[in-house]
Amino acid sequence: MIEQIEQEEMKIIVFQLKDKEYALPVNHVKAIEKIIHITRVPKTVPFIKGVINLRGVIIPIIDLRIRFAIDDQVYTEQTRIIIVTLDEMDVGLIVDSANDVIDIFMENIEPQPDVVGSIADEFISGVVKLDKRLLILLNLEKVLNPEETLLSVKEG
Amino acid sequence: MDMNQYLEVFIEESKEHLQMCSEHLLELEKQPKDLSIVNEIFRSAHTLKGMSATMGYEDLANLTHKMENVLDAIRNQKTELTPVIFDVIFQAVDDLEAMVMSIADGGDGKRNVKQVVEKLEMIEKGELPTSNITTESMTIINEGMQEQETIYDEFELTVLQQSEDQGFTSHELTITLNKDCLLKGARVYMVFEILEKAGEIIKATPPVDQLEEERFDHSFTVTVVTKESKEDLQKKIMKVSEIESVLVKQLNLQEIRQVAAQQEEASTKEINLVHQREEAGTERDQKKEKSGKPAGNKTIRVNIERLDTLLNLFEELVIDRGRLEQISKELDNQELHESVERMSRVTGDLQNIILNMRMVPVDTVFNRFPKMIRQLARDLNKKVNLEIVGADTELDRTVIDEIGDPLVHLLRNAIDHGIETPEQRLGKGKPEEGTIFLKAYHSGNHVFIEIKDDGAGIKRKQVEAKAIKNGILTIQQAEMMTDKQIYELIFASGFSTAEKISDVSGRGVGLDVVKNTISALGGSVTIDSIEEAGSTFLIQLPLTLSIISVMLIEIQNEKFAVPLTSIIETAIIKNTDILHAHNQQVIDFRGKVLPLLFLKDILEVPTVKEEDEFYSVVIVRKGDKLAGLVVDSFIGQQEIVLKSLGEYLTSAFAISGATILGDGKVALIIDCNALIM
Repeated sequence: MIEQIEQEEMKIIVFQLKDKEYALPVNHVKAIEKIIHITRVPKTVPFIKGVINLRGVIIPIIDLRIRFAIDDQVYTEQTRIIIVTLDEMDVGLIVDSANDVIDIFMENIEPQPDVVGSIADEFISGVVKLDKRLLILLNLEKVLNPEETLLSVKEG
Repeated sequence: MDMNQYLEVFIEESKEHLQMCSEHLLELEKQPKDLSIVNEIFRSAHTLKGMSATMGYEDLANLTHKMENVLDAIRNQKTELTPVIFDVIFQAVDDLEAMVMSIADGGDGKRNVKQVVEKLEMIEKGELPTSNITTESMTIINEGMQEQETIYDEFELTVLQQSEDQGFTSHELTITLNKDCLLKGARVYMVFEILEKAGEIIKATPPVDQLEEERFDHSFTVTVVTKESKEDLQKKIMKVSEIESVLVKQLNLQEIRQVAAQQEEASTKEINLVHQREEAGTERDQKKEKSGKPAGNKTIRVNIERLDTLLNLFEELVIDRGRLEQISKELDNQELHESVERMSRVTGDLQNIILNMRMVPVDTVFNRFPKMIRQLARDLNKKVNLEIVGADTELDRTVIDEIGDPLVHLLRNAIDHGIETPEQRLGKGKPEEGTIFLKAYHSGNHVFIEIKDDGAGIKRKQVEAKAIKNGILTIQQAEMMTDKQIYELIFASGFSTAEKISDVSGRGVGLDVVKNTISALGGSVTIDSIEEAGSTFLIQLPLTLSIISVMLIEIQNEKFAVPLTSIIETAIIKNTDILHAHNQQVIDFRGKVLPLLFLKDILEVPTVKEEDEFYSVVIVRKGDKLAGLVVDSFIGQQEIVLKSLGEYLTSAFAISGATILGDGKVALIIDCNALIM
């Protein structure tokens, strides 16, 4: 898929989940916030933690650890909410920490190797090797699939 | 010059002018003699022509120009209004609308309007287009016009009066040329020369310039004042060759006066028209006074986006106001109390003003219906009269934007399924013309829109049979149901009761869409129907969608809001008062059995506190059903700003939205309609 002639640069936001580093294109990221009060929304899937008030706008929050079936962890001072936007949909993603903005070349993006880690393959759109780091690029469309928000349509 | 910046204004204004045209045309159809209406239409068309030419939309300008010519002929009484002409003008307006819409959608506003233009040109030339477009089968209007009396305006009448006083007599000559006359213009010239020698020409129909250009058929009428006798005039004119006949009629000023008196309105307007060219502005004012219409308020045009921004900013302010009120309570400082209270009052007023600013009369939706109904009725060969009541009822802009389509569906439905054909109606002893009432009114915190027809009504048997056939219902169930419950079935998706599928409705997709759209707006729709007497659809809508009054409640550590509109009252009960009735906990509430809903369980609130022996209950209703929501405590009543949960969480169970509290936290709004089954 990725051809050699592409020399385009891309800015990515790097964040951590457990011991791995993930990345999102910067144009999808609206803001990075410290953890604030989250209001629970009843009868939603477990990875939806609820909604927050971000400067007057209500934003649903996904806990990426639960979404990727990584073992749960108590939020710390380092915990961040990355507000991402996709097709006019604003969603906050809870991550362990987020602190890097990196320039990468498009040509450095490789399709994911067969075994990357515990997270489901469908959420990954590629990997980037940078020095000794391996950054996993997330497929936001899959992560933010609105059809998965309700526990079950029949319920209630 | 870059036109883009004017495009929006152009589109908005064009739509307005076209709307004016349609409205006035409908009015004119009812009173074809009222030339002042023609003037209004003419003015709208004229403005539109100017605007579109400036913006470079040639087709639009061209068609408007043609339409304007016809209107001009009508208001100068050169052309008589006939239903055929009406249709052509309506068609032209439709085409214009389509073109403007195309421009609004980013198109070039081009459209094939040849047919309409041809028809308009034919009318302008005094020829009447037949309903089929073939040019050969044109009929000629002027034959009918011969008996038509020439109408004189005030000025002409004065001249006639004065001439009579001075011993002149007035004659009206109807001159018919030979059918095969080649040089019509020349003959006209010769006739005019003779008449001018004999006396003075007061008026010619059609006017002189058209006569000279040979824009008439074979006959024309001239009014002269002269001292010569009727016979002499006739003989003199007959000397001109190729003249078939001359009819001379001596004018009786008395009679004309009477005719004129009847048309006083029209002729005064005619005079106004003369001035209008020079001082359009003054004329407009005069007319406003005359027709008794209220002069338009001074308004400015504001982009709706700006109003939205204003409301958003205000919502922020409301949230901060809540916070301030909370802080002031905690600090207990008298001066702070006072200023916070003052601020609350001012923001309250501000809220009213801002919300009112976004209120739009439902007329903005209703105004397109008369034309639509007219067209539909014609397509379906039915006779329908639409009566609109309460078009000035105001609704929030956001509701207005959404309500159009459901109403169109219901109206189409009423015409297609409700109103019978004229023959059927006569057979049933009803008036030939069906009536649809469209009524809007305020009641409490809601606006109601009622659509009522005097048609066939809903046939219970048919709906039942259909529902059973489609597997929605069993026969046993059907027997248990009330008429109203059966009628509600037509809102089920995939349900169409029309025996025949027509273009207009009956695809079975209409009514469930209507119901869904209205529910999405926080409203409801109900049906009432009497067989053979008609059906009534009643739509209930919230006044505004953005700021509502709620009661804040607490369950464990979580806060929720319940809209005041669904709350009947609150109560505190002891746990021993709770009765158990068949899997359902109930209480005896003023002699009624009231089911209890434990919100803590329904909303799966995590338990952190011990439960009390007393329960706080909010009694809510949905329609005529009541239920008690069990909560931990009441916090109080508050005005809140309604916010959506965002695109990602489109439908959460029993939650209709969220709001931001004074402390910056989010509270969810409970949807009582979803809780009560």
